[in-house]
Amino acid sequence: MSSTILAAGGELNPLVPHVDEIVLGVVVFLILVFLIKKFVVPNFEKAYAERTAAIEGGMKEAAAAQEEAKAALEQYNAQLSEARHEAARIREEAREQGAQIVAEMRAQAQDEAQRIVTAAHQQIEAERAQAVQSLRRQVGELSTELASRIVGESLEDEARQRRTVERFIVDLEGSSNGSAN
Amino acid sequence: MTTEGRTVLAEFHPPGPADFDLPPIFGDVTKPMVLYVLSAVLIFGCFYIASRRAAVVPSKAQFAGEYAYNFVRNSIARDSIGSHDFMKFVPYLTALFFLILVNNYYGLIPFFQFPTFSHSGYAYGLAALTWILYNGVGIAKHGFLGYFKLQSVPGGVSGPILLLIVPLEFMSNILVRPVTLALRLFANMFAGHLLLILFTLGGSYLVFDSGNILYAPVGVVAWLLAVAVSFLEALVMFLQAYVFTLLTAQYIGGALADEH
Repeated sequence: MSSTILAAGGELNPLVPHVDEIVLGVVVFLILVFLIKKFVVPNFEKAYAERTAAIEGGMKEAAAAQEEAKAALEQYNAQLSEARHEAARIREEAREQGAQIVAEMRAQAQDEAQRIVTAAHQQIEAERAQAVQSLRRQVGELSTELASRIVGESLEDEARQRRTVERFIVDLEGSSNGSAN
Repeated sequence: MTTEGRTVLAEFHPPGPADFDLPPIFGDVTKPMVLYVLSAVLIFGCFYIASRRAAVVPSKAQFAGEYAYNFVRNSIARDSIGSHDFMKFVPYLTALFFLILVNNYYGLIPFFQFPTFSHSGYAYGLAALTWILYNGVGIAKHGFLGYFKLQSVPGGVSGPILLLIVPLEFMSNILVRPVTLALRLFANMFAGHLLLILFTLGGSYLVFDSGNILYAPVGVVAWLLAVAVSFLEALVMFLQAYVFTLLTAQYIGGALADEH
């Protein structure tokens, strides 16, 4: 009785393995490891590497694009400020030029006015001199004729005639000056 | 009543190790053998289909495969071994985890309904491989004496206490590890399956065969418990696969670690 129980217990002791199960377990497992190592892991790892590369590439590209955009912005800003400076400079220049032109024009106009006034003065002076000249001559002739008629004698002596006329004119001028004052 | 109760007990055969000793299907081939080979075929088939056309933008199958693969690769292998050396051991750990996982879940799947690792031989085999592997890589890296020094002499300990520590560390790190690894897996699967058999067979005995209608409700309770135990088992089955693989990875990581 006890021997059969022992035998049964020995046979059914679950801790005692079947050797063929150990061998099968190890062999099948090693085959599975080999297959996974050979066919599964490389594919996954390749996909991971590609994914990493793609993401890194994308990030690099994005960074480059950002850099480019920043550079472009800086360039535009620089150009804009340059343009502003340029505009300010041109405005300033225009203002200066305008002022200069105005000044020049003014000076020119003044010169012109001066010139016109001077010319007028000269003309007036000339006309006055001419008038005086002609008046002087007419007065001489008139007074000579008058004197000859009054005195009744012909004053043929040129020298005396002239002296008489000049004396008369000096007197005339002196009296006209005195009346003007 | 007492005589009836005694007859009830006499007629009911509680499940035991004999229930795990299934008759061969043909020749010497038994059910766990077939299941075990089938699991390897299933695992490789699924992974092969998932990874065959692995691309940057994954298909659904690839996504699922990557999810499973990454769990072992990152959460178990890389975290335990370190990012420098772990890739060498990823195939081993992946095969280990999914082989144990699938064979454990056989215990819950209808018609399969047998956790392969409740036969201790499979657990012994895998534990032996793990033992060879982690000692092998340790010796390859540190040399024979260096490796045993690493495993037996903990850093920061000196003096006579070493007489006590060194044999203890050697025992626990070199001798006991494979045994606990194998027994933990085997015993969990064995006990879990036994529990399930007990509740289901006991329940059906109480409902149909006890000859006493009053026992029937108790039998129904036993069935409900069988369902509850199944859910518990589902958790245990995953955990055992995880623990076996994680410990293997940690043993490898420890064997490769630099001396502290």
